[in-house]
Amino acid sequence: MRMRGERYFPYVLILPSVVGTFLLIVFPLVYSFFLSLTSFHLLKAQSLRFIGFHNYWEVLHDPAFWVALKNSLLFMVVVVNVELVLGLLVALLLNRASGGQGILRTLFMIPMMFPPILVGLQFRWFFNDQFGLLNNVLLSLGIIDRPIGWLVRTNTAMPAVMFADIWQNTPFTAVVFLAGLLSLPIEPLEAALVDGASPWQRFRYVILPMLRPLILIAMTIRSLDAGRKAFDLIMLMTGGGPAYATEILGTYTFRRAIVDYQFAYGAAISFIDMVLTVGFAVYLYRQLLKGRV
Amino acid sequence: MKSRRRREQVITALCTVFAVVILVALLFPTYWMVQTSFRVGREINAFPPVWFPREVTLSSYVKLFGSPHEEASLPFREYFRNSFLVAVLSGFFSIVLGTLAGYAFSRFEFRGKRNLFLSVILMRAIPGLALGLPLLVLFKRVQLVNTLSGLILTYTMLNTPFVIWLMEGFFADIPAELSEAALIDGCSRWRALWRVDIPLAAPGISASAIFSFLLSWNEFAIALILTRTPASRTLPVGLFDFVGEFFIDWGGMCAAGTIILIPVVVLTFFIQRWMVRGLTFGAIK
Repeated sequence: MRMRGERYFPYVLILPSVVGTFLLIVFPLVYSFFLSLTSFHLLKAQSLRFIGFHNYWEVLHDPAFWVALKNSLLFMVVVVNVELVLGLLVALLLNRASGGQGILRTLFMIPMMFPPILVGLQFRWFFNDQFGLLNNVLLSLGIIDRPIGWLVRTNTAMPAVMFADIWQNTPFTAVVFLAGLLSLPIEPLEAALVDGASPWQRFRYVILPMLRPLILIAMTIRSLDAGRKAFDLIMLMTGGGPAYATEILGTYTFRRAIVDYQFAYGAAISFIDMVLTVGFAVYLYRQLLKGRV
Repeated sequence: MKSRRRREQVITALCTVFAVVILVALLFPTYWMVQTSFRVGREINAFPPVWFPREVTLSSYVKLFGSPHEEASLPFREYFRNSFLVAVLSGFFSIVLGTLAGYAFSRFEFRGKRNLFLSVILMRAIPGLALGLPLLVLFKRVQLVNTLSGLILTYTMLNTPFVIWLMEGFFADIPAELSEAALIDGCSRWRALWRVDIPLAAPGISASAIFSFLLSWNEFAIALILTRTPASRTLPVGLFDFVGEFFIDWGGMCAAGTIILIPVVVLTFFIQRWMVRGLTFGAIK
């Protein structure tokens, strides 16, 4: 332990990761911020003028941006909350079911690692207006008399997209909570039983408080993943349409920066998106630390 | 007492039935996609729905990959090769970087260590597009747009923090005394790492490798921006080849989806033990 160079050993170990991260993550993000302060246009790459915060000023006066921001928040709040509640119910169910810790749990994990793009495919097919399974079944049963364009109607597109996300991610929260239920100490529950607590009281005053840290962790991770996963899902299911009904910050960035070539403007939107998400991440992380103490 | 045990059994049976029902509902959309890929056109559009295919055909797969008698009509061989190479190589590089750094985080004290978890979380919070946009401009200058190398470099660095965090936990599970004994016997630090700690962490390394492979295999947003032609386009982006303005080839699209799905399901079975740990970045062991 008194070897030459010993003091530098950990730094040597982390050096490649640190250098790589700076080159391919940190520097591009800084560069993106710089570009958002210019007039950079994808088809006119030569004409690069520095225009300060003009793009940001435009973004803040862009009604479509506010619609996308509202949709992003709505999407996140709805899916995360539904996934937490449903996940808890499924975990309680699996905890009681025979085989809930073995084969059932493994099968539940299957959709968790699916690429969101694949989930989008499955549900675009499921909700398809002509041959989709949902319309087909509803028509066969005589519940509706003509097909419903779930993904092309402004009032059903968003719920359909949320449904797909909930389908994929409820198993994640369920499996996290199940891990928690399986590792709960038995004594407080026995004490509650001896005191004659009802099942609801046992759940509300014993199990739920003990699961609190896990609920916070699942909530943090899902809230931060929501936007990234939703982008893939929505690009495949609706592309942000119809008429901005499912437009979120990610799809709106893509529309402006790549489809319309207004790169700098898109970079400004994506920078706002990133600051909001990362800021929220730091906030949730603080909450998580508070919960630990 | 006896009736109470009876009641418990009934509750367990009911919960099992419910769980199985939920499971069937959960896996049904996937079944529907897979079976659509094997169907003939008139069964895909059948009304009322045909629940189990009566005629099975591989024609959708032939369209994607060709057959001895027929040329493929879409470049899915190339997409598959690209996806596979990118996922394997970026997985490998992030394992090398992440294992070294994870070891440092697990065994040594140095500045900046405590912010690791935060930095991993922050990295996951960066929207794919926020990184993809500047990379498009920067890669254009160094001729990395529309290349596999560009994707491999990007995915390696995106996955590394995640691997560092997982490996930190796996190394923490191995007693430090073992490599210290090797040091006393005259091993160098590198030799102790290579001969003692890495073999002991092998299960963790393979689990991290699979996670890393899947993250790259599944990635869409950055590939969408950085790939232009079949020379570098990956499977998730290739799915959009089926989306026409008025018409979608559902058989072909579901076949492509099934191809994407296979490694995901197989590898998920291998890592299910570490699933919770992996998806919560090691916050839950």
